[in-house]
Amino acid sequence: MKILYFAWLRQKIGIDSEEIELPSHITDVAGLIEWLKKRNENFAEALSDFKSIRVAVNQEFAEPDALVAQGDEVAIFPPMTGG
Amino acid sequence: MVVKVQSQDFDVGMELSSLTMGNTAIGGITSFIGLVRDLGGDDALKAMTLEHYPGMTEKMLREIEAEANNRWPLEASLIVHRYGRLEPGDQIVLVAAASAHRQAAFDSCSFLIDWLKTKAPFWKLENTREKGARWVEAKATDDRAAERWERLKKDTAE
Repeated sequence: MKILYFAWLRQKIGIDSEEIELPSHITDVAGLIEWLKKRNENFAEALSDFKSIRVAVNQEFAEPDALVAQGDEVAIFPPMTGG
Repeated sequence: MVVKVQSQDFDVGMELSSLTMGNTAIGGITSFIGLVRDLGGDDALKAMTLEHYPGMTEKMLREIEAEANNRWPLEASLIVHRYGRLEPGDQIVLVAAASAHRQAAFDSCSFLIDWLKTKAPFWKLENTREKGARWVEAKATDDRAAERWERLKKDTAE
């Protein structure tokens, strides 16, 4: 699975993208976020408040209960501020 | 329908004339041009850097434009959004909508910029004179402006 991070999430986590092996017990967005938070302090801090992050799966906005699979592209970012 | 995501500046006159060229069914065109202000909150701004999600940005902008074309009888529409480093006075975004009559052009132009602000994956990093760099926070007023169009859609459907 490819994971992309943007804006202050990218800065707090310290990388802009990575390839991971998705553990087989993780099936949805909420599960993925919880798993990422356990990796280290940077992840735990960046992802601590679910309300301040947005997730896209294969470039579509995804709710916490949306399904994820190994071949997906997942992006994690703050609320958008374009325009 | 035209979507452009680019770092370079754009020429509003050229963009609008190429949008409407050859289509004499168009009776009016409405455009909105967003500029970089010299204030970020209460702090003087030196510059701003716009980050985006290449691929998803273009996809979302196309979806937003398609939604505008579903809701209003448009002859032509355009979104140009810049990324990278910008300074106060620089152009950030251009949206334009052309229709046979003015109301569809005005309403859809307003819709395009409201939806873009909350649905297109762009993030602004402000570089202030006094307080250094900081990420702009999403505004509740922008969310409400976008939600207004969700409600209008429901009202029309009922």
